[in-house]
Amino acid sequence: MTNKNYETVAYYPGCALEGSGQPYNRSTKEVGKALGLKLEEVKNWNCCGAMEVKNIDPEIQTYLSSRVMSIAAHEMGHKAVMAPCNGCYHNLKKAEYDLSHKENSRAVTKRLSEKAGHQTYEAGQIETIHALDWIKDTIGEDGLKARVKNNLKGLKVANYYGCMYTRPRNIFPEKDQGPGSESTSNPHFMDDLLAASGADNVDFALKTACCGGAHTLSDSDTSTRLVSNILQAAEEAGAEVIATECPTCHSGLEMHQIRAEKKFGTKSNVKIVYFTQLIGLALGLSGRKVGIHENISNSTTLLRSKGFK
Amino acid sequence: MKTISQIDEALATWKAPTDLGQGAEELLSFAEQVLENWLIAKGKKPTLIKSEGFRLLGLHRQGAKGDPSFNACRETCREAIYNYNLICDNPKAENAAANIVKLRRIVQHIALFIGGKMQVTGLGEFCCASKPIRLLEV
Repeated sequence: MTNKNYETVAYYPGCALEGSGQPYNRSTKEVGKALGLKLEEVKNWNCCGAMEVKNIDPEIQTYLSSRVMSIAAHEMGHKAVMAPCNGCYHNLKKAEYDLSHKENSRAVTKRLSEKAGHQTYEAGQIETIHALDWIKDTIGEDGLKARVKNNLKGLKVANYYGCMYTRPRNIFPEKDQGPGSESTSNPHFMDDLLAASGADNVDFALKTACCGGAHTLSDSDTSTRLVSNILQAAEEAGAEVIATECPTCHSGLEMHQIRAEKKFGTKSNVKIVYFTQLIGLALGLSGRKVGIHENISNSTTLLRSKGFK
Repeated sequence: MKTISQIDEALATWKAPTDLGQGAEELLSFAEQVLENWLIAKGKKPTLIKSEGFRLLGLHRQGAKGDPSFNACRETCREAIYNYNLICDNPKAENAAANIVKLRRIVQHIALFIGGKMQVTGLGEFCCASKPIRLLEV
């Protein structure tokens, strides 16, 4: 066990994990079970406000995220809420920041909470964590190593964190706090966990580079070029697989990998897999159990060639 | 100064010279020119002032002023400097060739991101740049 304990947490899957990110949802839950960690889904949760609401009215986004934290803290009695999606994680963190720093955010949140009939969330009443914190802080690398049944040795992995896990850095006060904490300039929690699972992490330069995510539909060519560069950088670094920890990043990489080939003739063979799927495989779970078959990027042949079923 | 399209094309076919230090200088210059293009297009005179010892970071700081979404390429600029330093510290080191391959991709990403923003200003505004928070601090 490490210094923090998130054995039982409120689980906020968010909308993406019920749709395109279903394999992430499935693998997160299966990994939790295999590690003996308990996830209690936030009751009657709502959208975090994502990019769209933030674009129109940031105070409404703060309220929406605060409602999720209010239910987890006040109605379910949790001390931590775990959000595997970078967008949800980022928005809950942003709401926490807003409620700590902006009087207007507090006033709007109070007014809307009263109108909606639930207790108003106040900053500091719950801790928001990512799936990476959940495993890293509760199980740790040594704990994970001890539980590995089918290690990932020989699998070359580029770890892609995307942008919203670390930026803007002022909404993540727990990061950049020295040894043991996550770094906003060079995140490493996913690298650490997959190394503990036996993977060969490659030296990948574009870990947090912009993929044009929010513009993926409106300005697809820009996103395709950005993603294509990320995929090629991973391949040049020797990666067979890109590990992701966000459903939006994951879908973007999968979708634009196909589009890059069709539109620009840029082919890449690197496979895109959620980090929880890789940890699940290392823990001895089957590919089907962690939803490998549900990814658009077909990694089945590669993973079978490495001895995973 | 090359245009962003010219830089993009040059990077697509770019091959590292025998002197990797010289190659790193060339790539860093491409990155600086990309940011110069952005600043000129915004009616600003690109600064010659260095930040943390590098003009690239000075240009980034200038470009980011009042434009939160520019922070979406801050770490990419810093990553470019990091790899530049690794190469120039010892251009004959065993991993210098691998580092210059990385540096080329990083500079290409800067060109793609800024090139994208030249077409769609909002690129990066509402995801990691989290515009509302940044505006609060301006």
